Parts: sequence; C-alpha cells; structure tokens
Amino acid sequence: MKLAVCIKRTPDTETRIKIAGDGKRIDEAGVKFVLNTYDEYAVEEALQLKERAGSGEVVVVTVGTEASQETIRTALAMGADRGVLLKVDGASIDPLPVAKALADELRGGEYDVVLFGKLAIDDYSHATGPMVAELLGVPCVSAVAKLEIADGKGTAEREIEGGVEVVEFSLPAVITADKGLNEPRYPALRGIMMAKKKPLEVKDVALADGGLEIVELALPPERQEGRIVGEGADAVPALIDALRNEAKVL
Amino acid sequence: MSNILVVLEQRDGKIKRVGHEALAAARGLADAGGGEVHGLVIGGGSVEADGLGAFGADRVTVSTDDSSELYQSEPYAATVADAAQMGDYAALLISATALGRDLAPRVAAKLDCPLAADVTELSYDSGIVVKRPAYSGKATYTLRVTSPLVVISVRPNAYAPLQSDQAGTIGEGSVTAGREGRAVTKEIKQPERAALDVTEASIVVAGGRGLKDAEHFALVEGLAEALGAAVGASRAVVDAGWRPHSEQVGQTGKTVSPGLYIAVGISGAVQHLAGMRTAKVIVAINKDADAPIFKVADYGIVGDLFEIIPRLTDEIRALKEN
Repeated sequence: MKLAVCIKRTPDTETRIKIAGDGKRIDEAGVKFVLNTYDEYAVEEALQLKERAGSGEVVVVTVGTEASQETIRTALAMGADRGVLLKVDGASIDPLPVAKALADELRGGEYDVVLFGKLAIDDYSHATGPMVAELLGVPCVSAVAKLEIADGKGTAEREIEGGVEVVEFSLPAVITADKGLNEPRYPALRGIMMAKKKPLEVKDVALADGGLEIVELALPPERQEGRIVGEGADAVPALIDALRNEAKVL
Repeated sequence: MSNILVVLEQRDGKIKRVGHEALAAARGLADAGGGEVHGLVIGGGSVEADGLGAFGADRVTVSTDDSSELYQSEPYAATVADAAQMGDYAALLISATALGRDLAPRVAAKLDCPLAADVTELSYDSGIVVKRPAYSGKATYTLRVTSPLVVISVRPNAYAPLQSDQAGTIGEGSVTAGREGRAVTKEIKQPERAALDVTEASIVVAGGRGLKDAEHFALVEGLAEALGAAVGASRAVVDAGWRPHSEQVGQTGKTVSPGLYIAVGISGAVQHLAGMRTAKVIVAINKDADAPIFKVADYGIVGDLFEIIPRLTDEIRALKEN
C-alpha cells in the first residue's frame, strides 16, 4: 500500500504568541516548533495501514522552509520511509497555493491514501486536505475519528454536530485525521537514529499567488479581569444576581 | 460590489441557526458594498426554505435531490460551484461547521479562488476585509481579499441572526440531480442521548480535573441541563478518558464563542483559554484563587465545586420554574 502524509511544522500548543515587528506574523524567537498535533494522528494511521497491508511505503511531504526538515525527521523517526520537503521562502495565508504545491508533488505518485491532520494548529484553516483531494480529483473524508480500509475501499466515521457521519469511499482517497483516530507512537531512540539515514529530498518550489493579503496579525483584545463574587456556596445568589442583572445572560 | 451567495446548511430539512447567522454576516457585507444576498439550500425531498427573507436573503434557490438529504462532499461541491458561476458573486459564504469545513475548501479549489476560513468579522473597505482567529484564538488576522471571488467560512456564534419583515423570493433549482460522489455518506449515527453541540450552544458548562473523577461529571451535566447548555471538557479530562473528544474545548479541541461559559474545576491552561476566550461572559468556579482562569473570567467563585455546583443547579432550576 502506497501512502503519503502531508505534514506541517507548527508552534507547540503551549506557545505564548508574540507579534513580530512588522505586525503581520508571529515573532518566532524562542518559539518551540513541533510536528502539528493532528498530523501525528495522520502519520500514525499511515504507519498502521502499511503494517496491516504487510508491505508498502509511507512518504512524508511538507511545504515549508529549511527548518521543516526537522519536522520531517520527526515523522521519519516515528517510522515513515522517506520525506520530501517542498522548499519555499515564505508562507501563504491562503491555503490554495500550498494545496497546489502538494497536489503537484503527489500527482502521478499512485498513492492509495493521502493523509493529513484535520487542521494545522497555527492557521486553523481545515483546508489543505479537501483542497488537495479536489485538485487530484479523488474523494475525501475529513476529520476522521475511525477508519477501516480493505479491498480498495473504506469506511470512515467523522464527528458532526450532534452525531457521527458514516462515509463509504473508494480508493484512492484523501483522509484528514481527527484526534481519537489512534494513539500516536513516540519515536524510539532506534527510530531517531534510523531517521537520520532515511532519504529526505529537498525540492525548491515557488508558491502560486494567493488571493488574500495580510493587513495585520494582532493579539486579541485582553479580557478585562472580572471580579470574585464570593467564596463557597454562599456566593451562588450573588453570582446569579450578576448573571441576571449585570451580564443579562440568564 | 457584486452579490453574495450563502450556502444554508440544513438538517432533516430544516435550515440550521448557523445558516441564519451566515445570512446576517452576508447582509451586512452586501449593504456596505452594495449587492444582493442570495441563499442556496441543498437537501433531500423537502426543505423548509420559506421566511428566509426575514433573515436577510433577497433570493433563495432550493436544490433538492433524494441523494442529497445527507451531506455528500462531491455532489454538494459541484452544486455550489455551479451556483457560484451562475451569478455575479464577490463572495461565497458557508458556515464553519463539520459540513462547511469540508465543503468550503473543496469549492475554493474547484473555483480556483482563495479561502478565508473560520471568519468572525466581515467588512467592506473598497473590497472585502475579514478577521479570522489563528493560533487557535491566541491571535487574529485581518485579511484583505485581492481576488474577484472568495470563499469564506463563517464561525458559528460570530453573528446573531437578523429578524426583519422582508420577504425575499424562493426559486427552485435541481442542479444536484444525477451527480454521484465516490465518498458517500450512508447515515448519521445519533448519540443515545441527543446532546447539544458545544460549538453551537449559547451556553456551555465545562468541567476539568477539579471534578476529580469521571463520575462527578454528573454535576456538570446537571447544571448544563438546568441551563439548557452544552457540556464541555478540558483536555486533561478528555485525555484521561472521562469525556469524549467531541466535548473538548481548547487548542486541540473546539473553539467556542457562547453567550455564557461556565468553567468548573478548570485551572485555565493557555491552550484551554485559547478555545473559549471569545465567550461573551465567562464564569469560573475553582478552589484555587490563583488559577489563571480567574484572569479571563467576568465572575468567579472561589471554593469547593462539590458544594457550589449543586446549589447553583438548584437555584437555576428554581429560577427557571418561576
């Protein structure tokens, strides 16, 4: 089974965001970057699909700067076979140029399944997976929490508001992974050592022009610190009074 | 400016509140830029589309087909793209729900236009300008659209539905008919007990590690029931297996903007605050007076939640009964 996983280097979830001097991006100084949380589920699922199939290849692809090599090595340490870095100078806030670069790389690769995390925790667009599916002309199931694949077809479950959608699909297909799909493995020391020797191809690409221009990236307005209405259960009437008469939400 | 097309999400033939919210967002933009608001409903046998004029639509097209009762990504995307090309549109609005987050990027790729996802504010200033959260709410982008057409997904609860006496006109469309997808939604499995979704609810009661045990979540559920609220959970308790991931609020869960958010026994880690800081009113109940959650809360009670929550639940129930 031939599998591709599209990943992204993102700031760690615990990062406190500072805005750079130009007011259009984050200040990366001191920020710890990791493999996007949801991509861990995608990598893990690809590894399990290959293991279940008994043979195959897991290729990790990313669009990013030179620094993304480290993120690819993380996925290789988990067990992926090889990596491709589509090297760009900067990022695009419009997800379509990124999806186009990925689709150009994947097209003709004869992948059975292309996996993504359901969203990248930096841009939060939930976009590149379905976009790549559209560009490649293949079906896609997004935000998948349960997946079964056998005999060239699959069944996926995805959470929707107030229920779970059950989707049947044919291969090749794009799947984007939600939390709960699996329990991602930690790279073992042996995996980390082996990852250093696995092939990592770097290709220079130029992103197409996007249709969105960043005017500003700003911190959200600070919430005004409220007040403690009291201590213990005796404070409940004061809270209810505040919610009814001040905030008017009850 | 040209017109705006709004994809109105339905479930069981009824337009969802998020559809009304998207119409409100579109109406404001159309009024500022000078254009019309057109609605598009895709669904099965019958859809209740009457009265959408009052929510801000000048015209609504209903496209029904037996195979489209449930969301089907490829046929829905093809129908939306066709509709977008049949009119002179500057923007295509879709709610940023499970459906919209799947549909919007597909449509954008099909139409070769940009996608601004999870937008919370739209405005017109010689062109469309949007605000959208990034870094799960820790920062906000202001983006200017530089292309003639853009797909925008609108975050639930960012806009309040309009109510006017405007009528609007309803047209029929059958553009979905005969399309087939290679990914087919077979069914929607409903939970045993119908639960309000945490992203769509106007009140959320969320519990954290302070509850000490999965069983104690009954307290949170009881309060939520009294308030007609959805139940939320912190990452710690989801990771511990006490609650399903569907309830998780925070950076690796859901981002919510309810009118009222009550945090019970949640200390307020950065990644949790990111998911709920846009709630209009935040209440924190925690035994630790120094917990970071109190920094963002409008109202707080310091103390033992095992005493506070039952009392609060009782008093809310009494209030509702009167």
